[in-house]
Amino acid sequence: MVETGHFALVLAFALSLVQMLVPLVGARTGNQRLMAVGGPVTVTGFALTALSFAALASAYAGSDFSVASVWENSHSLQPMIYKITGTWGNHEGSMLLWVLILTFFGALIAVFGNNLPATLKANVLAVQGMIGAAFFLFILATSNPFTRLNPAPIEGRDLNPILQDLGLAVHPPMLYLGYVGFSICFSFSVAALIEGRIDASWARWVRPWTLVAWMFLTGGIAMGSYWAYYELGWGGFWFWDPVENASFMPWLAGTALLHSAIVMEKRSALKIWTLLLAILTFSLSLLGTFLVRSGVLTSVHAFATDPARGVFILCILTLFIGGSLALFALRASRLTAGGLFHPISREGALVLNNLFLTTATATVLVGTLYPLALEALTGGKISVGAPFFDLTFGPLMLPLLAIVPFGPLLSWKRGDVIAASQRLMAAFALAIAAILVTGLFIDGASVFAALGVGLAVWLVAGALTDLAAKSGFGAVAPAIVLRRFAGLPRSVFGTALAHLGLGLTLLGIVGTLCFGTEKILTMRPGETVELSGHTLRFEGLSPSKGPNFTEDRGRFLLISDGNEDGEITSAKRFYPVRQTVTTESGIRTLGLSQLYLSLGDENKDGSVVVRLWWKPLVTLIWGGGLVMMAGAAMSLLDRRLRVGAPAKRRKPAAALASPT
Amino acid sequence: MTRKQKRLSVILAGLAFLAAAAGLTFYALGQKASYFYMPADLAAASVPPGQRIRLGGLVEKGTIVRGQGATVAFSVTDKQKSVKVTYTGILPDLFREEQGVITEGAFGPDGVFVADSVLAKHDERYMPKEVADGLKAKGVWQESTN
Repeated sequence: MVETGHFALVLAFALSLVQMLVPLVGARTGNQRLMAVGGPVTVTGFALTALSFAALASAYAGSDFSVASVWENSHSLQPMIYKITGTWGNHEGSMLLWVLILTFFGALIAVFGNNLPATLKANVLAVQGMIGAAFFLFILATSNPFTRLNPAPIEGRDLNPILQDLGLAVHPPMLYLGYVGFSICFSFSVAALIEGRIDASWARWVRPWTLVAWMFLTGGIAMGSYWAYYELGWGGFWFWDPVENASFMPWLAGTALLHSAIVMEKRSALKIWTLLLAILTFSLSLLGTFLVRSGVLTSVHAFATDPARGVFILCILTLFIGGSLALFALRASRLTAGGLFHPISREGALVLNNLFLTTATATVLVGTLYPLALEALTGGKISVGAPFFDLTFGPLMLPLLAIVPFGPLLSWKRGDVIAASQRLMAAFALAIAAILVTGLFIDGASVFAALGVGLAVWLVAGALTDLAAKSGFGAVAPAIVLRRFAGLPRSVFGTALAHLGLGLTLLGIVGTLCFGTEKILTMRPGETVELSGHTLRFEGLSPSKGPNFTEDRGRFLLISDGNEDGEITSAKRFYPVRQTVTTESGIRTLGLSQLYLSLGDENKDGSVVVRLWWKPLVTLIWGGGLVMMAGAAMSLLDRRLRVGAPAKRRKPAAALASPT
Repeated sequence: MTRKQKRLSVILAGLAFLAAAAGLTFYALGQKASYFYMPADLAAASVPPGQRIRLGGLVEKGTIVRGQGATVAFSVTDKQKSVKVTYTGILPDLFREEQGVITEGAFGPDGVFVADSVLAKHDERYMPKEVADGLKAKGVWQESTN
């Protein structure tokens, strides 16, 4: 089975070479039959990659330690779920997942792209084939997951205990669906440059893909953030770690792309810019893959460091980013620029959004790469962390957030700020009220905290105002308002939900950072501690045993209003195979807030170091992410974006034309 | 304003915005990036008290002292010099004697390094990269510690 997987992978590589050459030549020479090769080859390539991935997964599930990758990252005593998720909890397997998703997206285009112009489809599949070929070669040459060991070891070396968590089942696949999803936008852009033609129908194709990729990337980042929050036991949700930035940069650029693609689709303006953004977004995804996979950064994500891999990925990076940008420089002037608009208009607002988002992306890029560049050039080692990003990213984001509610209320081509402001009066009043209430009635609220809460309320209320204004609230009879509300295009709901989610996330961040409290203390069994109105009694440590670990479980009793209100447990786990200790944090969700505690070392006198946090509204940080995802999903359901929609309209016309 | 002037002013405003962002970025890089030192480097580079730096090395054997509450004192060494560090909080799970560690914080007026975060290696296989490189450069790297 393992060898089958290896052969399938080699075959998939061979097919990706066919996929990148034959349709391209076909499109160039206008040969229909050559172009038609692209579809079946892409689908077969996906089937082979899936077979290869299944082979590796079954080796992991069956604990076949004769496979080097399984031996390094699995153990027979692990629960089955971690045996399976361990398939991508290592360098080789995660790269295989990467190409699996790449070929999956390619196959989707091959199957559902029948109403695309033939040459565009052929070129898109060819570019997908190029990306696939590069990564298949990378896997086969430097990171073969199917390498055998002889003699086969009896027992494996266990999966990194930090990764033995449900988060591994969700975070990497979601993140990759996002990262790799942008490859489709990239392929469409390069294909458009090869053809030298781009129009609104191109944007109608690219926008849903951007939405899909953005939706999964949002989910992947939110999930990763929550995983780090509860697993690492530090109580932080974002560390500005280079690896986090690696996923955040494509998200920022992708958000810009999402907005500029709207302008292009609706108004056929910003064509060249949208194309460039699509290229840059996927380039940042590739850069992220390089940063995480090459071992230039030490982190929990850098599974193994091997210089050959780093150099190989760097070559792929240079080839694709350099190649696509060179093609852009050569061909972009051929594309015709689109419609004009007044600076104050929906287009203008979206351009402003793009200006802020791309600048913010650039600051994150500088902060992430500067330490690497400095070390390479001078050998000096610096770390760029939260203080840098607070000073650069923060000031860029605040004005952007403040103008978000205006955007959807401005009309296309020429907007009216005063009319929009009048509609936003209620939202503005609410925001001011929130600032005053926070500042005056909540103890210890700083000016920043009050403004932060106000900004979050402004975003949420602004999103709702948009829906109210578009359904004619206050202007027509309530019954008509309801009917209009129900009839609003789904993309309007999508926009409102995404902006509302952004407000919720901001509210969660402000709540946690500005109103959170923490305590570090040593506790003996029976002692109680009080934090922000919550009383906890330490019940003591008790040893316990899991399938592949032993743990000391600290039990804490939550006491609310003098009554016992359930237990919170936090544990120190010891994984004997890797001789590793991990901390399992204890979390209790109360409303939207959380009580978070993590266990430290046991002192000689039997007392234990305990760190506890009260994190007000913290769940909104990730809840907002889910709402943003829901917004993207809602937009995807919009009729206008559904790929079949134009075809439907064509049918009655055809029926009329044919004499029956 | 004519159309041309309008367009020009929009472009100028955009450029001014970008320049401001770039200026802010470079200012922040100068002010907010923290440099990494090993104990022996500190003699050459005079680091004033209060300036944030990252200090890395090995946790010196026999120096871990648990004080009042959750405060811990230990020494970070590169086998040439060592620096006393105090830290209040929960030490990472992989914090052990003779193991690589990176602490972040600033020197107090008494010359003791007050750390507000302590990072150990991620699992039993990896040493923090800066520490490993630094020890290699100083010739005190032993493959067995990897």
